[in-house]
Amino acid sequence: MTAIDVSLEQAGRSARRHAAETKPPEPRRRSLLTVFFGGVSSTFLTLAAGAVLLLAMPRLLQWGVLDAVWTAADGNACREASGACWAFLRAKLRQIAFGIYPPDQQWRPLLGMVLMLAAILWSLPPRNWGGRLLLLWGVAVVVFLGLMGGGVFGLVPVPSAYWGGLPVTLILAVSALGIGFPVGVLLALGRRSEMPVPRLLSTGLIEIIRGLPLISLLFMSSIMLPIMLPEGMTIDKLARAGVALTIFSAAYMAEIVRGGLQAVPDGQGEAARALGLQWAQAMRLVVLPQALRTVIPPLTNTAIVMVKNTALVLVVGLFDLLSSGKSALADPAWPSPFAETYLFIAAIYFVICFGLSRYSAFLERRADVGRAR
Amino acid sequence: MLRFWYDVRIRSAVWQAIILATFLGTIAWLTANTLDNLARRGIQTGFAFLERPARFPISEGFLAYEPTQSYLRAFAVGLLNTLYIATLTIVVATATGFVVGMGRRSLNPLVRAFAASFVEAMRNTPLVVQLLFWYALLTIGLPSPRAALEPVPDVFLSLRGLFFPWPRLEGAAAAGWVALAATVLALAALFVRRGRAVRLPSPAIILPAGLGLAAIVGWLGGTRIDVDYPALQGFNFGGGATLTPEFMALVVGLILYTAAFIAEIVRSGIDAVPKGQWEAARALGLRETRILWLVIMPQAVRLMVPPMTSQFLNVVKNTTLALAVGYPDFASVMATTINQTGQAIEGVLILMGVYLMISLTLSAFMNWYNARMAMVTR
Repeated sequence: MTAIDVSLEQAGRSARRHAAETKPPEPRRRSLLTVFFGGVSSTFLTLAAGAVLLLAMPRLLQWGVLDAVWTAADGNACREASGACWAFLRAKLRQIAFGIYPPDQQWRPLLGMVLMLAAILWSLPPRNWGGRLLLLWGVAVVVFLGLMGGGVFGLVPVPSAYWGGLPVTLILAVSALGIGFPVGVLLALGRRSEMPVPRLLSTGLIEIIRGLPLISLLFMSSIMLPIMLPEGMTIDKLARAGVALTIFSAAYMAEIVRGGLQAVPDGQGEAARALGLQWAQAMRLVVLPQALRTVIPPLTNTAIVMVKNTALVLVVGLFDLLSSGKSALADPAWPSPFAETYLFIAAIYFVICFGLSRYSAFLERRADVGRAR
Repeated sequence: MLRFWYDVRIRSAVWQAIILATFLGTIAWLTANTLDNLARRGIQTGFAFLERPARFPISEGFLAYEPTQSYLRAFAVGLLNTLYIATLTIVVATATGFVVGMGRRSLNPLVRAFAASFVEAMRNTPLVVQLLFWYALLTIGLPSPRAALEPVPDVFLSLRGLFFPWPRLEGAAAAGWVALAATVLALAALFVRRGRAVRLPSPAIILPAGLGLAAIVGWLGGTRIDVDYPALQGFNFGGGATLTPEFMALVVGLILYTAAFIAEIVRSGIDAVPKGQWEAARALGLRETRILWLVIMPQAVRLMVPPMTSQFLNVVKNTTLALAVGYPDFASVMATTINQTGQAIEGVLILMGVYLMISLTLSAFMNWYNARMAMVTR
């Protein structure tokens, strides 16, 4: 199954790569009239799409803007109005964004998030990539954890059970990708190894994890990890979910990295060894830099998938952005404006994921320019 | 002594021994801890618990189930639910995805804009958020059964679900079912043999004819059809057939989400067909829609099969999100079982085994289909 599966994936990937380059040629220029009303089917489609627009847009406008409640001290104004209850989001913004983090300390997650976002933005331009970036991320994560957890520099300790909202989503995504990537590279190297033991172990691990739903991995780590550790050794809930997400993303990234490794001609590694480099040196200095360069765009797509996947920690009872929103909805003082809340949360994810996908497209174009040269 | 260390084979053997020992050591350590912890909690390892009564209700399923029945039975109910949801999603989402994917390459800009915004909205937000939204819409957003919406006569939509009339076979039902099954089987056999020896009429003729035949056989056997209408009884509807909000939220959410991904596969499949094919077909004087159907699609479908396979595998894995809306799929039945019995290792092993099995079967089928579809070059 494995070999076939792999060749299938590559076929898919090359189809996609190919797709980026070509598009159906434009038919000869048509007047606007023929585009919209050229035939029976195009007339029908235009009318149908127009009808949807004309029917839905005024209603959405009515609900979302004209009849909406923008400011209200409590839920009563929302109960009477027929439109959206945006006032709820204003009132609950802190709860949705930070969960049950102690309210008087919420400047800490805010500062931590700003720091993380700054680090993410700094990492985007390719000219900033390098050893210093790794160092920057190390510092950013340590400062973030220090800010969130406290207990240093006179900050009140806040156990991770009280963390919530967007910072939890961010740290889960960052750790799943940041720790998952090196593990994924190791797994990919193991799978490509000539030695049977690491090859079989890596292949087995990758295939099993990729065959399993993430929820089952989350369950496993939240139920099994405490049982698997010796008595007295505990690992907190957030870290358990982090472990599951990290293993999951490592397996998926391993397959992408393996694709990159396969694209590097064997001669590169052999030449490096012939120059007297050790295996690890040859990989680190010669093979991996070439392999990773080609797989950065698909790795960005994995980042999108993992950002979305962090929302699944809801099922093991962690307070990420989604669960915080869900628990804010449970307040009986408000008429449970679920549509507004989920739209708001979806919008936050959309900004992150759509931004990343545009970024990935930019990287792909950049790589194509490099290849053309 | 050092000469040994410079022998490639010995070095490789030493490294492998170290890796293997570390791996096995870790496994052994974890297993020992686990057995120790389970013994301390008084949990007996083993699969004996499967025969014990499950003692938890399952809200819906195809198999008759009572909480007094065994865990094994509960698993079967959950597994059937998972397979049902996955099959339904794959079929409907593929059809929807084809429509949306072609819409993204439509000549009509309005249609293109619709398709593109649908795809981007679905793909860039987490599936769980979408599922919770649909679930809230179908529960909080709908009126109580007493004030149920009635979009079509005798069809009711309330926060308890969708209620609609459903035909019931009355009388000598068994005879009718047997006739139906026999006819369908015979037709399936004919369908398989089609194209080998005898030329048969197309399935579009055979299938209705066969069903009609079965209906006649059933009628003669004394079967009558009786339509069962839903009606308000107390606080809820009785009679007819029901789709629960959990089921609807899960299926609608999964279908829309998957359709967006399939639309992208369809679009890139269309884009991957060489330009020359379009131009050649245009030179022959074909219209754009005919080109798409007769020239481009047959070639594009071949390219779509591999990415489609991994998408279908994702659907199977995504059905586990049923947990978020409370639909009893296999994973959520298993989660309840593990919570209740503490048989974590066994539960997780069964869970892994079942999902790996489904994935392997599905990918084997898709590989077979891919081989059949592949271009034969001579």
